[in-house]
Amino acid sequence: MRRIAWVLAAFLAAAVPAHAQVFSPKTFELANGLQVVVVENHRAPVVVQMVWYKAGAADEVQGKSGIAHFLEHLMFKGTKDVPPGEFSRRVARLGGRDNAFTGWDYTAYFQNVASDRLESVMQLEADRMANLVLSEAEVTPERDVIVEERRQVVDQRPAAKLREQTSAALFVNHPYGRPIIGWEHEMQGLTRQDALDWYARWYAPNNAMLVIAGDVSAEAVRVLAERYYGPIPRKAIPQRVRAQEPPPLAARRVELRDPRVRQPSWSRSWLAPSHAAAFGGVGADQTDALDLAAELLGGAASSRLVRALVHDKSLATGIAASYDPTSLDPTSFTVSASPRPGVDVAALESAIEAVLRDTLAAGFGDAEVAQAKTRLADSAILVRDSAQAGARAFGAAFATGRDVAYVESWPARLAAVTTAQVNAALRAILSSEAHVTSVLLPKPGS
Amino acid sequence: MRRFVAALLLLLAVGVSVAHAQGQRIEAVRSPGGIEAWLVRDNSLPLLAIEFSWRGGSAQDPAGQEGLTALMADMLTQGAGTRDQQAFSAELENRSIALGFSAGLDTVQGSLRVLSRDKTLGISLLAEALGQPRFDSEQVERLRANVLASLSRDETSPETLARRAFARAAFGDHVYARPTRGTPETVKALATADMRAQLARLLARDNLVVAAVGDTTPEELGALLDRAFGGLPQAARLSPVAQVAIGGAGKTFVIPRPGSQTYALFGHQGVGRDDPDLFAATVVNYILGGGGFNSRLMLSVRERAGLTYGIGTGLAIFDAAALVQGSTSSDNRTLARALDMVRAEWAEMGKDGPTADELQGAKDFLTGSYPLQFDGSSRIARLMVGARLDGRGRDWFEERQRRVREVTLADAKRVAARLFDPARLLVVAVGEPAGLTASE
Repeated sequence: MRRIAWVLAAFLAAAVPAHAQVFSPKTFELANGLQVVVVENHRAPVVVQMVWYKAGAADEVQGKSGIAHFLEHLMFKGTKDVPPGEFSRRVARLGGRDNAFTGWDYTAYFQNVASDRLESVMQLEADRMANLVLSEAEVTPERDVIVEERRQVVDQRPAAKLREQTSAALFVNHPYGRPIIGWEHEMQGLTRQDALDWYARWYAPNNAMLVIAGDVSAEAVRVLAERYYGPIPRKAIPQRVRAQEPPPLAARRVELRDPRVRQPSWSRSWLAPSHAAAFGGVGADQTDALDLAAELLGGAASSRLVRALVHDKSLATGIAASYDPTSLDPTSFTVSASPRPGVDVAALESAIEAVLRDTLAAGFGDAEVAQAKTRLADSAILVRDSAQAGARAFGAAFATGRDVAYVESWPARLAAVTTAQVNAALRAILSSEAHVTSVLLPKPGS
Repeated sequence: MRRFVAALLLLLAVGVSVAHAQGQRIEAVRSPGGIEAWLVRDNSLPLLAIEFSWRGGSAQDPAGQEGLTALMADMLTQGAGTRDQQAFSAELENRSIALGFSAGLDTVQGSLRVLSRDKTLGISLLAEALGQPRFDSEQVERLRANVLASLSRDETSPETLARRAFARAAFGDHVYARPTRGTPETVKALATADMRAQLARLLARDNLVVAAVGDTTPEELGALLDRAFGGLPQAARLSPVAQVAIGGAGKTFVIPRPGSQTYALFGHQGVGRDDPDLFAATVVNYILGGGGFNSRLMLSVRERAGLTYGIGTGLAIFDAAALVQGSTSSDNRTLARALDMVRAEWAEMGKDGPTADELQGAKDFLTGSYPLQFDGSSRIARLMVGARLDGRGRDWFEERQRRVREVTLADAKRVAARLFDPARLLVVAVGEPAGLTASE
């Protein structure tokens, strides 16, 4: 405790103002509504282009789960000018790496290239924003690919199967309860027309953000963005209407026993606010406090749960509290743990409950909150070590109801959080008994 | 110094005397105590990254003590000097210092990243971790339990099951066949005295390789390196590791595991890092299976047939062995067909080699994408350590580009014929694959 003042003093002396921005990006908007963010970073002659669409798995209509992710795959299947398979081939010829990912709230595409090749990948990415062409011959084998993907990343992994079941239990009404990749029986029924409908509905410049990060100037990006993305017409984009959660009323328990499980694991999840949506009496403006609470509870080696369960009581090989407020609608706060070999899951569970009870009753002190704030503030410096990390923060914020200024204000917001806010946010969320407990167990006799 | 990679590539383009010009970018530092390091100065952020490796890794585990080097490496940051585990980790955490060690087959590697304000503290924690690790019994038992838990999880992991079976078949009774994290029996038997002895034997000054990137000067770095590593013994006592040719040629193993999908590893003898054909092999591997979405295997097995989410190959190069190896997953009903397609592509590449267009595409990618790796201080330092471990000079990052560009179509065809032989493929499949017959 005596070291706090010293730690803070040293931090302030490090020539980084406490309220510095994080990435200091330049932003502008094209006439067709495309948001453009440029993060200049000249440490290496490389650049990343990302295009984020405000359309993810939670925007799917019921019965068509997986279409957002399926379309992501199909976006590599060609346009009027670029034949199937040619997109990735051209990026590779440019020495680039390209891929894409789908979340509940967004779909994003990216290419990493040497900075003198940016123009070519901007031309390619802009082309498929408006000119996708899909034939049955391309769609059918790709549907088999996503089914194989599901088998590989979900069916083969008991922990992943349990995560799906846990989300389905936690969200009783909101589409966050559906897997992003889709349920297999619905994936099998996805058609070319479903994909084209999805594309027509959501893919437009006025529903997208272009992020360029790396060794490039904002002026140069503006010229290229006007040239390639500028001519794409805007579209009428529907509201993102999602069924919302009713107040949770009961504790739920999800258990999966599988012969492939050798070590049990345990987790408990509560619904929690996102940075764009309040929940359980905790406002969206209190998510930084809740983020700090997660760090203090189980985000660090010196956190309460790690100290108690891993070290003092030797009941767990690992334990963590995780909370990511980057979502459009209310999200989850989760504590997860793996028992030491030979430790009963029930004993672990009651020991965790005891630590949570004590923590909620006593709260965190000013000194530990200050330490956690310092650590998180440091991470705002460290993240700039990679030219490309910033691109993700802006795109994800954009697609989840926040903006560039919000990302940049993070150090200032963090500095303003009080100990009382941290404790109040944690109590409001973790005092609820309407949580979902999830247990992965070996199959008896296996 | 902020744009050293750019500068480096420009030099290539204009053909300036490379070694000399690059010497100004990657500086060779020799500390007063005689520790050598490569340094890239970069003061655009207030941080310093130091990466280091010692030659000699898990392959130095004595027989019956498999897992020793790995556990020893993990223990170094579990309390040192006057700080017990809690105090040590709190010091790292509260100052945002990243310090860690891990064991590979051929090296023990370490990494330190500090904000500039904490260089002195970071270095003294590193020195304590190396010179005065506590090996407190409570922490030894905790990490032992973690290893046992992870070994037990591995018993059903298709990737681990396949990797182990492949290593047994490929390496026979060579040390490379042994599990680097050990077995439950060997891990239970590891004693603190064994770890201390292994530390004293492996982590010395004469087998240490260091590189740094960040906010420092050669003078300051020299002093920091002496403080960090000056207390190590002068010489390591390594057991020689004999070269081993890849065995199991033409064999197929099937390891039953319940589930709808089968995971498969396949491979055979590759080329070593000092082989004159290394870059021709790199190019033809890229074309067959290393090129992501554009490789022949991905195009036939995923894009055209829809049999897998992913398939790829790579050159795996160790100090004492070299492999070309690939992996894929497919439905139990289609895995055998996917492997047939692998064999057909393997045979075709061996017979005819790549086309001129494929060769150019591979060279464009391999040279064009190379700068992308240089993103982040620790990554750049790690690349320099890797180059030094491989015995390369400071002009390596340019030489590597030149050697890729110099691969001719004749080279590529000759090396494809030398490298790819479907009859020699060793296959390990984990799952319940229909129609795949084990040879053993």
